[in-house]
Amino acid sequence: MGHAIEVVDLTKQFNGLTAVDHIDLQVHEGEIFGFLGPNGAGKTTTIRMLTGVIKPTGGTARIFGYDIQKEPLRAKQLMGISPEMANAYVDLSAWQNLIFVGELYGVGKQQRERTAEQMLRHFDLYERRHQKVKSFSRGMMQRVIVAMSLMSLPRMLFLDEPTSGLDVESSRTIHNLVRRFSREGKTVFLTTHNIEEANQLCDRVAIINKGEIAAIDTPERLKRTIRGSQSVEVSFDRYVDIENELGLAGIQRIERRGDKLRLYTEVPGKVACELADYAKKAGLDIVTINTLGPSLEDVFLELTREAERK
Amino acid sequence: MTPGSMEVPGQFRRSLVIAKKDIYIYFFKGPVLIFGILFPLFLFLAFSIGRDLPMEFLVPGIVGMTVFFTATSVGPVIAPWETRMKTLERLVSAPVSLSTILVGDMIASFVFGMLISMVPLSVGIFLLGGEIASPIAMIVGIPLATFCFSAFGILLSSPPTDTPANVMMLSTFIKFPLIFISGIFISVGDLPTWARYASFLSPLTYFVDIARHSVDGTNFFPWYLDLLALLIFSVLFYFGAVAYHKRSLPKRL
Repeated sequence: MGHAIEVVDLTKQFNGLTAVDHIDLQVHEGEIFGFLGPNGAGKTTTIRMLTGVIKPTGGTARIFGYDIQKEPLRAKQLMGISPEMANAYVDLSAWQNLIFVGELYGVGKQQRERTAEQMLRHFDLYERRHQKVKSFSRGMMQRVIVAMSLMSLPRMLFLDEPTSGLDVESSRTIHNLVRRFSREGKTVFLTTHNIEEANQLCDRVAIINKGEIAAIDTPERLKRTIRGSQSVEVSFDRYVDIENELGLAGIQRIERRGDKLRLYTEVPGKVACELADYAKKAGLDIVTINTLGPSLEDVFLELTREAERK
Repeated sequence: MTPGSMEVPGQFRRSLVIAKKDIYIYFFKGPVLIFGILFPLFLFLAFSIGRDLPMEFLVPGIVGMTVFFTATSVGPVIAPWETRMKTLERLVSAPVSLSTILVGDMIASFVFGMLISMVPLSVGIFLLGGEIASPIAMIVGIPLATFCFSAFGILLSSPPTDTPANVMMLSTFIKFPLIFISGIFISVGDLPTWARYASFLSPLTYFVDIARHSVDGTNFFPWYLDLLALLIFSVLFYFGAVAYHKRSLPKRL
């Protein structure tokens, strides 16, 4: 399997501040690669360097073997991009926006019209294709933007926060599209704040913090690197001030999450049994109880906190 | 062959695609209509009404002013507007060079300038009874001047702002004085010496000179020198625009 992206020693400084600090990474052809990090970690700066929007201060990035600095047009021809900060042309209709991008990438007339129709149908926008985008909701606009990124039938898709602020249905439509795109053997580079989204979609993820790559691996392998993040999640039929009442041994911390409580422990089975005993004694019904392994969110928090401590 | 692996088609064709988008979006924007059509019209009316000036003097002036204002009205709107609406990043991330984008914007300005300037030209020819001393000079001069002023407009749009009004203000600040020293209201030969020398630095001077030559056969410079000057200004403006936009682009994104 070849590399869709090869990044070596990539660095970006703005007025002496290092936004991206000598990062190295490879993205395999055909994989969905997640790029996670807190706000200001360097995600968008990295994606902008990879897509040739801004020049790196140092290092190289190759897209399917083409150096983005030396052969930007050839590299860009192979990518579809849905930038976080970009917009569709609000004075054009959805159809005109898609056709414009198709023309910009040199796609033939029949092909671009066929692709535009497919995309608009897929994103449930076909009926409103001739309306100006300025009349669209945020979710519809985002669907147009993602559809625009697919107009050139790219080998690789860069999606920068594609589902940020979207409703569940729009997010699901985009997730389905990413999966379908990947099944066709194409590559997706996805930046997201939504860790569960990365967990569900990505073959591998990189976690970037303060411009440095903190970890790159599959979500499941990353989860295994975290110790002591097993937990029991329980929901009772009424509110319980369990933090004060329970007094169980072996609990590292308790978090209240809506109507559920999450108890972090190294012995989840024992804690589950003790919770059942507690419920019986207190006359409570257990609505749900689950034992949980470490989540990708735990990994993310652990790695970013570790960097804070340094 | 999939589109992803196809040879990169000519960048000029992509400039035409960008120009078509610009025409759809920007030709009817308020600032374009105000600075491109209403402004020169009212300026000319303020100058000509109540004054007994011969048509042979007025027609080259209005044609010159229209070509200048229309061709420089679209370009300054596009870059700040695209910055504000956050559409610039999409263009920059597409397989097009910065020059391709700027040439596309110039083509749109050129089309607008050519279309609108046909109106005063046609009216002028009608008022002159269809008699023009050198139509060839006008036929060559108008497209060349429109091209030159379009490049000038693109150069004016290079400051890294997302507010079209800022660029329009700067643009007016530079364009307005040029109107008074370029032989529109007073012939270059009648200007005071300092103003005459200053007029040599204005590209509009050379087009108005061509227009006068073509209408009544009078001219300050030889017509071929006017054309050469417009050509040189075009090259300077174009390469200046590319250089300044290259510098300001990172601040826009």
